[in-house]
Amino acid sequence: MSAIRNYLRAHVRDPNPIAYALMFIAAVFFPVVVQFATNGSGDYLVGLAADGGVYVLMAIGLNVVVGFAGLLDLGYAAFFAIGSYTYAILASAHLGVTPIGHAAHVPFWLLIFIAMFVAAGAGALLGAPTLRLRGDYLAIVTLGFGEIVPSVFRNGKIWTGGVPGISALDVPKLPFWIQGPWVNQPLGFTTEEFRFTSANLTAYYVLMVILITGVVILVHNLQNSRLGRAWMAVREDESAAAASGVNTVSVKLLAFSIGAATSGFAGAFYGAKLSYVSSENFGFIVSVTVLAMVVLGGMGNIPGAMVGAIVLYFILFQFLPNAPAQIESLATSVGLGSLNHATPNGWPGLGEEVSRAKYVIFGLILVGIMLLRPQGLLPSQVRKQELTHASKTALVAAAK
Amino acid sequence: MSDFILRVSGLTKRFGGLTAVDNVTFDVPAGEVFALIGPNGAGKTTMFNCVTGVYKPTLGRVTFLDRDLTGSPPHRAAKAGIARTFQNIRLFEYMSALDNVRLGHHCRMRSKLWDSLFKTPFERREERRITEHSMELLTLVGLDHHAENYARNLAYGQQRRLEIARALATDPKLLLLDEPAAGFTPQEKVELMELVGTILKRGITVFLIEHDMKVVMQASQRIVVLDHGEKIAEGTPNEVRGNQRVVEAYLGKSA
Repeated sequence: MSAIRNYLRAHVRDPNPIAYALMFIAAVFFPVVVQFATNGSGDYLVGLAADGGVYVLMAIGLNVVVGFAGLLDLGYAAFFAIGSYTYAILASAHLGVTPIGHAAHVPFWLLIFIAMFVAAGAGALLGAPTLRLRGDYLAIVTLGFGEIVPSVFRNGKIWTGGVPGISALDVPKLPFWIQGPWVNQPLGFTTEEFRFTSANLTAYYVLMVILITGVVILVHNLQNSRLGRAWMAVREDESAAAASGVNTVSVKLLAFSIGAATSGFAGAFYGAKLSYVSSENFGFIVSVTVLAMVVLGGMGNIPGAMVGAIVLYFILFQFLPNAPAQIESLATSVGLGSLNHATPNGWPGLGEEVSRAKYVIFGLILVGIMLLRPQGLLPSQVRKQELTHASKTALVAAAK
Repeated sequence: MSDFILRVSGLTKRFGGLTAVDNVTFDVPAGEVFALIGPNGAGKTTMFNCVTGVYKPTLGRVTFLDRDLTGSPPHRAAKAGIARTFQNIRLFEYMSALDNVRLGHHCRMRSKLWDSLFKTPFERREERRITEHSMELLTLVGLDHHAENYARNLAYGQQRRLEIARALATDPKLLLLDEPAAGFTPQEKVELMELVGTILKRGITVFLIEHDMKVVMQASQRIVVLDHGEKIAEGTPNEVRGNQRVVEAYLGKSA
């Protein structure tokens, strides 16, 4: 193992293509492997992965804002909410109960782009007056925005469905579909209308993989363009960037809008898959989770943000919920089964104890990863340099 | 069009109660090396910052190529054709030397968001073109072998030259150099003067702040002297050298 590692270290200067390739292969084979491993009852896991894709999309978008342009955004979930609500309002019977009186059923394929533009517009609207602020001040303003938006949706009365939110949203439909051995049919097209329902989560998964692939290609192009360079320059030295002819305000505004657009895109998908939106789903915790994904994965690096999102999502939504049951069976198998039962003197049972300590465990995992890999799981080359440089300067300062 | 590329008239900059630049007027002739000198704290860099739009002047006007540029933001000054370097080097440290220079092309590039997103043929061609041009500029300042190095890993003298290359990338008509020879060895100063000569030949006017009198007297055709924010002298190097007020400003009044 270590030989392979040393070889890779010596010969692979840029691990990103490998990371992309591995992720793509894993994404393609994931449903097959899961169905095989669970004897065909893995739909739930595939659906979970599709939900995870929503976070991957958001991490890619936030990475543009935080990683590329260096703008700390603590209210990122607001754009996610805006995307979801745009979808919910325009793709359900909801408008029928508002004073407008006519339900709109815009198709998913169009609406996902509308949601994207609405979110981008909201990003520009928030950015225009606030992007003059720097660092911490901007963070506080975005934090406020992140609180305001869900609150507006919660109190939007008839227009936004209030506290219960909006339910029974349209599902995406396709006029054709590919069939094959996986549904016990010969490979080919069917011209039957295909509906993305909760009975066919693999379809959502495939759609998600396609969306992510598209977004990654576009964001990757941006990173290696005139705009990507300008973002880096603004992050490093705003005055020097301005003196070199970069309109720093518009460049930052674009970063904000593009990040928001990605989030809005993810929001529309999320609304469609869940078929339900409520302001409860877009709280501060979502913003922080996505930020943690970006930081933990490796700020400024697209595959890094994606890996961060996948790892954190797995921990939060698969590992931790299952941890109590796993621990109980582990205890039983090593002969400590007695620990699993509650006792009158206050011990709640091992499973319950673990379940209560869920977020302590989560916190410990986060701290552990950041201690072991402060640059993130898959850092950008620049961040790696910055970090080693910073620690060297600290060492020199300490020596003096 | 007048022969003056830059005209500063009645420029005053106050920071609260402090007047950093006080009613200064001068014209920079096109195609020459123009120097701004003065003791520490005389307001030279403040003057540069007013010209490039970092500061908005309290009073007065900055006219560049017969266009009023007073108070327009730095990126617009760059677009209009004013490039600058900084007294304390301000490179993008964690970008390669090549990327630093490529960034300098930003305001001359015409790729739109759409082009960048989809890597259109236009964008590819433009990227290729500015990469080639950046390499030319790096060669001009003698850094072609360091194109892939991070700016922060370059030696001090190389960093100063890289800053000049980045400024040249904006395709300026006027180049403002803020103490370009600071910390240079005599050999490096000679090379710098040669570089300034090459820049002049490209039709770019050079406006510099410099403390090294040898460099100033040799390189520049015209000099303005500031002291405590006021213009105390203007003229050719010989005129300025013999000026009593200039001598006093630098050496103090004799009793």
